Amino acid sequence: MNKNCKYSREQLLNTINEVSFAVDDIKLYLDTHPEDEKALDFFRDKVMVRNEALKEYAAQYGPLTIDTGDDACSRQWDWVMQPWPWEGVW
Amino acid sequence: MWNYEKRLQYPVHIKTPNAKIAKVILSQYGGPDGEMGASMRYLSQRFAMPNRIAMGTLNDIGTEELGHLEMVSAIVHQLTRNLSMEEIEKSGFADYYVDHTVGIWPQAAGGIPFNACEFQSKGDPITDLFEDMAAEQKARTTYDNILRLVDDPDVRDPIRFLRAREIVHFQRFGEVLRSVQETLDSRNFYAFNPSFDMPCKASCKD
Repeated sequence: MNKNCKYSREQLLNTINEVSFAVDDIKLYLDTHPEDEKALDFFRDKVMVRNEALKEYAAQYGPLTIDTGDDACSRQWDWVMQPWPWEGVW
Repeated sequence: MWNYEKRLQYPVHIKTPNAKIAKVILSQYGGPDGEMGASMRYLSQRFAMPNRIAMGTLNDIGTEELGHLEMVSAIVHQLTRNLSMEEIEKSGFADYYVDHTVGIWPQAAGGIPFNACEFQSKGDPITDLFEDMAAEQKARTTYDNILRLVDDPDVRDPIRFLRAREIVHFQRFGEVLRSVQETLDSRNFYAFNPSFDMPCKASCKD
Protein backbone atom coordinates (compact mmCIF):
# COMPACT_ATOMS: atom_id res chain seq x y z
CA MET A 1 0.00 0.00 0.00
CA ASN A 2 2.83 2.46 0.78
CA LYS A 3 5.31 1.70 -2.00
CA ASN A 4 5.37 5.18 -3.47
CA CYS A 5 5.20 7.16 -0.27
CA LYS A 6 8.00 9.60 0.50
CA TYR A 7 7.36 9.40 4.24
CA SER A 8 6.89 6.55 6.68
CA ARG A 9 3.56 6.22 8.46
CA GLU A 10 5.16 7.54 11.63
CA GLN A 11 6.71 10.58 9.92
CA LEU A 12 3.46 11.51 8.23
CA LEU A 13 1.45 11.10 11.43
CA ASN A 14 4.01 13.23 13.30
CA THR A 15 3.60 15.96 10.70
CA ILE A 16 -0.19 15.77 11.05
CA ASN A 17 0.04 15.91 14.86
CA GLU A 18 2.42 18.89 14.82
CA VAL A 19 0.54 20.96 12.28
CA SER A 20 -2.83 20.08 13.84
CA PHE A 21 -1.55 21.28 17.19
CA ALA A 22 -0.56 24.59 15.59
CA VAL A 23 -4.13 24.85 14.26
CA ASP A 24 -5.65 23.96 17.69
CA ASP A 25 -3.54 26.57 19.45
CA ILE A 26 -3.95 29.45 16.98
CA LYS A 27 -7.70 28.72 16.82
CA LEU A 28 -8.06 29.53 20.53
CA TYR A 29 -5.87 32.62 20.13
CA LEU A 30 -8.01 33.79 17.20
CA ASP A 31 -11.18 33.24 19.26
CA THR A 32 -10.05 36.05 21.57
CA HIS A 33 -8.13 38.07 18.90
CA PRO A 34 -10.38 37.72 15.81
CA GLU A 35 -8.80 40.72 14.07
CA ASP A 36 -5.15 39.67 14.29
CA GLU A 37 -4.18 39.36 10.60
CA LYS A 38 -0.79 37.81 11.28
CA ALA A 39 -2.44 35.04 13.29
CA LEU A 40 -5.02 34.57 10.55
CA ASP A 41 -2.23 34.11 7.96
CA PHE A 42 -0.54 31.58 10.25
CA PHE A 43 -3.87 29.72 10.57
CA ARG A 44 -4.33 29.62 6.79
CA ASP A 45 -0.82 28.23 6.19
CA LYS A 46 -1.18 25.50 8.79
CA VAL A 47 -4.66 24.44 7.68
CA MET A 48 -3.39 24.06 4.11
CA VAL A 49 -0.47 21.84 5.19
CA ARG A 50 -2.78 19.87 7.47
CA ASN A 51 -5.36 19.16 4.77
CA GLU A 52 -2.69 18.01 2.33
CA ALA A 53 -1.08 15.73 4.94
CA LEU A 54 -4.46 14.24 5.93
CA LYS A 55 -5.20 13.45 2.27
CA GLU A 56 -1.77 11.90 1.77
CA TYR A 57 -2.13 9.82 4.93
CA ALA A 58 -5.57 8.56 3.89
CA ALA A 59 -4.28 7.56 0.46
CA GLN A 60 -1.30 5.64 1.89
CA TYR A 61 -2.41 4.29 5.24
CA GLY A 62 -6.16 4.78 5.64
CA PRO A 63 -8.29 7.73 6.80
CA LEU A 64 -7.96 9.71 10.05
CA THR A 65 -11.03 11.83 9.28
CA ILE A 66 -14.36 10.84 7.80
CA ASP A 67 -13.91 13.52 5.11
CA THR A 68 -10.86 11.67 3.78
CA GLY A 69 -12.55 8.28 4.27
CA ASP A 70 -12.81 7.57 0.57
CA ASP A 71 -9.22 8.40 -0.45
CA ALA A 72 -7.57 5.02 0.03
CA CYS A 73 -8.82 3.47 -3.24
CA SER A 74 -9.43 0.44 -1.08
CA ARG A 75 -12.09 -2.24 -1.43
CA GLN A 76 -12.65 -2.36 2.32
CA TRP A 77 -13.85 0.07 5.01
CA ASP A 78 -10.39 1.18 6.25
CA TRP A 79 -11.88 3.52 8.88
CA VAL A 80 -12.55 0.46 11.03
CA MET A 81 -9.80 -1.86 9.76
CA GLN A 82 -6.92 0.42 10.84
CA PRO A 83 -5.85 0.78 14.52
CA TRP A 84 -7.72 3.10 16.91
CA PRO A 85 -5.61 5.79 18.57
CA TRP A 86 -5.69 4.47 22.14
CA GLU A 87 -4.13 1.17 21.02
CA GLY A 88 -0.77 2.98 20.91
CA VAL A 89 0.20 1.27 17.65
CA TRP A 90 1.15 4.44 15.77
CA MET B 1 -22.19 18.53 16.32
CA TRP B 2 -18.79 16.87 16.33
CA ASN B 3 -16.60 14.92 13.93
CA TYR B 4 -14.18 12.32 15.27
CA GLU B 5 -10.53 12.45 14.26
CA LYS B 6 -8.77 9.10 14.51
CA ARG B 7 -5.63 10.22 16.37
CA LEU B 8 -4.77 11.57 19.82
CA GLN B 9 -4.07 15.30 20.18
CA TYR B 10 -0.61 14.26 21.44
CA PRO B 11 0.65 10.68 21.02
CA VAL B 12 0.62 8.15 23.88
CA HIS B 13 2.93 5.10 23.63
CA ILE B 14 3.49 3.45 27.00
CA LYS B 15 5.69 0.35 27.05
CA THR B 16 5.59 -0.62 30.74
CA PRO B 17 2.28 -1.18 32.56
CA ASN B 18 1.98 0.29 36.05
CA ALA B 19 -1.34 -0.06 37.87
CA LYS B 20 -0.30 2.16 40.78
CA ILE B 21 0.33 5.14 38.51
CA ALA B 22 -2.78 4.33 36.45
CA LYS B 23 -4.99 4.80 39.50
CA VAL B 24 -3.46 8.19 40.25
CA ILE B 25 -3.83 9.41 36.64
CA LEU B 26 -7.44 8.14 36.49
CA SER B 27 -8.23 11.18 38.67
CA GLN B 28 -7.66 13.40 35.65
CA TYR B 29 -10.35 11.36 33.84
CA GLY B 30 -13.17 11.47 36.41
CA GLY B 31 -11.77 13.22 39.49
CA PRO B 32 -12.71 16.64 40.94
CA ASP B 33 -10.45 18.58 38.53
CA GLY B 34 -10.39 16.05 35.71
CA GLU B 35 -11.03 16.33 32.01
CA MET B 36 -14.58 14.97 32.18
CA GLY B 37 -15.61 17.84 34.45
CA ALA B 38 -13.64 20.31 32.30
CA SER B 39 -15.28 19.34 29.00
CA MET B 40 -18.80 19.19 30.48
CA ARG B 41 -18.27 22.50 32.32
CA TYR B 42 -17.36 24.53 29.22
CA LEU B 43 -19.76 22.81 26.84
CA SER B 44 -22.61 23.44 29.31
CA GLN B 45 -21.67 27.02 30.21
CA ARG B 46 -21.31 28.25 26.60
CA PHE B 47 -25.09 28.71 26.18
CA ALA B 48 -25.28 31.53 28.73
CA MET B 49 -22.36 33.55 27.32
CA PRO B 50 -23.18 37.12 26.26
CA ASN B 51 -20.82 37.56 23.28
CA ARG B 52 -19.41 35.43 20.49
CA ILE B 53 -15.82 35.56 21.74
CA ALA B 54 -16.99 33.95 24.97
CA MET B 55 -19.27 31.44 23.22
CA GLY B 56 -16.55 30.44 20.77
CA THR B 57 -13.77 30.10 23.33
CA LEU B 58 -15.89 27.92 25.63
CA ASN B 59 -16.99 25.86 22.64
CA ASP B 60 -13.47 25.31 21.33
CA ILE B 61 -11.75 24.75 24.69
CA GLY B 62 -14.60 22.38 25.67
CA THR B 63 -13.96 20.48 22.44
CA GLU B 64 -10.20 20.31 23.10
CA GLU B 65 -10.96 18.96 26.60
CA LEU B 66 -12.76 16.01 24.98
CA GLY B 67 -9.45 15.28 23.24
CA HIS B 68 -7.68 15.49 26.63
CA LEU B 69 -10.26 13.14 28.14
CA GLU B 70 -9.33 10.68 25.40
CA MET B 71 -5.58 11.12 26.04
CA VAL B 72 -5.97 10.52 29.79
CA SER B 73 -8.05 7.39 29.16
CA ALA B 74 -5.49 6.16 26.62
CA ILE B 75 -2.73 6.61 29.24
CA VAL B 76 -4.73 4.67 31.86
CA HIS B 77 -5.64 1.98 29.32
CA GLN B 78 -2.03 1.47 28.26
CA LEU B 79 -0.81 1.47 31.89
CA THR B 80 -3.24 -1.35 32.76
CA ARG B 81 -2.71 -3.58 29.71
CA ASN B 82 -1.26 -7.07 30.24
CA LEU B 83 -1.19 -6.85 34.04
CA SER B 84 -0.74 -10.08 35.94
CA MET B 85 -3.03 -10.87 38.90
CA GLU B 86 0.02 -10.58 41.12
CA GLU B 87 0.72 -7.04 39.89
CA ILE B 88 -2.93 -6.07 40.36
CA GLU B 89 -2.89 -7.23 43.97
CA LYS B 90 0.55 -5.82 44.80
CA SER B 91 -0.08 -2.37 43.31
CA GLY B 92 -3.27 -1.58 45.25
CA PHE B 93 -5.43 -1.91 42.13
CA ALA B 94 -7.65 -4.74 43.45
CA ASP B 95 -10.38 -2.39 44.71
CA TYR B 96 -10.75 -0.85 41.23
CA TYR B 97 -10.31 -4.21 39.48
CA VAL B 98 -13.14 -5.90 41.37
CA ASP B 99 -15.74 -3.52 39.87
CA HIS B 100 -14.23 -2.62 36.49
CA THR B 101 -11.55 -5.23 35.67
CA VAL B 102 -9.23 -2.95 33.61
CA GLY B 103 -12.03 -1.02 31.88
CA ILE B 104 -12.09 2.79 31.98
CA TRP B 105 -14.56 4.33 34.45
CA PRO B 106 -14.63 7.93 35.73
CA GLN B 107 -13.58 8.17 39.36
CA ALA B 108 -11.11 10.12 41.49
CA ALA B 109 -7.86 8.48 42.60
CA GLY B 110 -9.46 7.94 46.02
CA GLY B 111 -12.36 5.99 44.48
CA ILE B 112 -15.06 8.70 44.57
CA PRO B 113 -17.20 8.38 41.41
CA PHE B 114 -17.54 11.25 38.95
CA ASN B 115 -20.40 13.57 39.80
CA ALA B 116 -21.79 16.59 37.91
CA CYS B 117 -21.17 18.60 41.11
CA GLU B 118 -17.45 18.71 40.11
CA PHE B 119 -18.49 21.74 38.03
CA GLN B 120 -21.09 24.48 37.90
CA SER B 121 -23.10 26.11 35.17
CA LYS B 122 -24.50 29.16 36.88
CA GLY B 123 -26.03 30.99 33.94
CA ASP B 124 -23.93 34.04 34.90
CA PRO B 125 -20.94 34.53 32.56
CA ILE B 126 -18.74 36.39 35.05
CA THR B 127 -19.37 33.78 37.77
CA ASP B 128 -18.73 30.97 35.29
CA LEU B 129 -15.56 32.49 33.81
CA PHE B 130 -14.01 32.94 37.26
CA GLU B 131 -14.75 29.26 37.88
CA ASP B 132 -13.16 28.35 34.55
CA MET B 133 -9.92 30.17 35.38
CA ALA B 134 -9.78 28.45 38.78
CA ALA B 135 -10.55 25.09 37.14
CA GLU B 136 -7.59 25.44 34.77
CA GLN B 137 -5.29 26.22 37.71
CA LYS B 138 -6.61 23.28 39.73
CA ALA B 139 -6.06 20.92 36.81
CA ARG B 140 -2.53 22.31 36.35
CA THR B 141 -1.78 21.72 40.05
CA THR B 142 -3.05 18.13 39.71
CA TYR B 143 -0.78 17.52 36.71
CA ASP B 144 2.14 18.98 38.71
CA ASN B 145 1.34 16.53 41.51
CA ILE B 146 1.18 13.64 39.02
CA LEU B 147 4.58 14.64 37.58
CA ARG B 148 6.08 14.42 41.08
CA LEU B 149 4.78 10.84 41.39
CA VAL B 150 5.75 9.50 37.94
CA ASP B 151 9.24 8.63 36.64
CA ASP B 152 8.42 6.83 33.36
CA PRO B 153 9.24 9.26 30.48
CA ASP B 154 6.56 7.58 28.29
CA VAL B 155 3.96 8.77 30.83
CA ARG B 156 5.55 12.10 31.79
CA ASP B 157 5.70 13.30 28.19
CA PRO B 158 1.92 13.41 27.44
CA ILE B 159 1.21 14.60 31.01
CA ARG B 160 3.56 17.56 30.45
CA PHE B 161 1.67 18.37 27.25
CA LEU B 162 -1.66 18.34 29.12
CA ARG B 163 -0.21 20.52 31.89
CA ALA B 164 0.93 23.12 29.34
CA ARG B 165 -2.56 23.28 27.78
CA GLU B 166 -4.07 24.20 31.18
CA ILE B 167 -1.80 27.25 31.22
CA VAL B 168 -2.87 28.33 27.71
CA HIS B 169 -6.57 27.83 28.54
CA PHE B 170 -6.18 29.91 31.72
CA GLN B 171 -4.76 32.71 29.57
CA ARG B 172 -7.61 32.51 27.02
CA PHE B 173 -10.29 32.50 29.76
CA GLY B 174 -8.68 35.62 31.25
CA GLU B 175 -9.05 37.35 27.88
CA VAL B 176 -12.68 36.20 27.60
CA LEU B 177 -13.44 37.53 31.09
CA ARG B 178 -12.00 40.92 30.08
CA SER B 179 -14.10 40.92 26.89
CA VAL B 180 -17.24 40.37 28.97
CA GLN B 181 -16.33 42.90 31.68
CA GLU B 182 -15.41 45.60 29.17
CA THR B 183 -18.85 45.44 27.53
CA LEU B 184 -20.92 45.49 30.73
CA ASP B 185 -23.69 48.06 31.05
CA SER B 186 -22.00 51.12 32.61
CA ARG B 187 -24.57 51.17 35.44
CA ASN B 188 -23.80 47.58 36.39
CA PHE B 189 -21.16 48.67 38.94
CA TYR B 190 -20.93 45.32 40.73
CA ALA B 191 -20.92 43.11 37.62
CA PHE B 192 -24.22 41.40 38.32
CA ASN B 193 -25.31 38.72 35.84
CA PRO B 194 -25.07 40.37 32.39
CA SER B 195 -26.93 37.48 30.78
CA PHE B 196 -30.02 37.85 32.97
CA ASP B 197 -30.34 40.97 35.14
CA MET B 198 -28.30 43.56 33.23
CA PRO B 199 -27.93 42.63 29.53
CA CYS B 200 -24.78 44.12 28.03
CA LYS B 201 -24.86 46.31 24.95
CA ALA B 202 -22.38 44.51 22.73
CA SER B 203 -24.00 41.19 22.04
CA CYS B 204 -25.02 39.05 19.13
CA LYS B 205 -28.23 40.64 17.96
CA ASP B 206 -26.73 41.61 14.58
